[in-house]
Amino acid sequence: MIDQTRRGFLKGVLGAGFAGIALGSGFVPMGAKAAMPDASNWPKKAFATPGVDETIAELYGLEATESDKISMDLPTIAQNGAVVPVTVETSLPNVTGIALLVAKNPNALAAEFEIPKGALPFVSNRLKMAETTDVVAVVISDGKAYKATQNVKVTVGGCGG
Amino acid sequence: MASSIRVRAVESGGVTSLKALVKHPMDSGFVKDSEGNVIPAHFIQMLTVSHNGKDVFVANWGPAVSKDPFLECRFKGAEKGDELTISWIDNQGESDSTTATVA
Repeated sequence: MIDQTRRGFLKGVLGAGFAGIALGSGFVPMGAKAAMPDASNWPKKAFATPGVDETIAELYGLEATESDKISMDLPTIAQNGAVVPVTVETSLPNVTGIALLVAKNPNALAAEFEIPKGALPFVSNRLKMAETTDVVAVVISDGKAYKATQNVKVTVGGCGG
Repeated sequence: MASSIRVRAVESGGVTSLKALVKHPMDSGFVKDSEGNVIPAHFIQMLTVSHNGKDVFVANWGPAVSKDPFLECRFKGAEKGDELTISWIDNQGESDSTTATVA
């Protein structure tokens, strides 16, 4: 009697163990087959255009109007121009794209984001800028372009003065 | 096999907030090394975040994005336990990809 319960118990434990291993191993190979992004749509020309308005025209074929519905969060004084955190958020509806431009960089466009349906119009990124400059955020909403500008003072030498 | 991408995705109230940090030199092509030779441009051109085989966020980056780039984005539609795939490709054809589970 006692022996039999012990058998049953052992069988049960072993069986469960094997089932667990089988289930676990079945999930391991997933994730290896991710497709690489295709950079052929990368807007090469827009990334090689100096000037803010020219870049917006090249990238979207639109002229941007100022909007107070775009909120930008970035330091007014950056001690290190190589790493300036920039956050953009907007309350504009149906946003399909956000672009970040640094006016005085050799090529103004720093980053461009596609906002598919379901993504919120929010992005945070870190940018490089060589000198004190305007940073422009462009938002495409309902097929129209809007922009907001904020100046960043880059202190040379990194002493925070 | 350490991945070049570190990701954290947290779902709260139907919105998933994703933070990604990629290890990459992001050389702009404007900088010279100590011997005066120009360091050729080497930067991530495209980074995608996908959920169930669909892109939920696409970043097109230029050389003005900082070294070891950081990205934060938010999107709806993913649930806790869902798997996200984050991939990037740079202008020299290198690429990497990783998966993250929404917490």
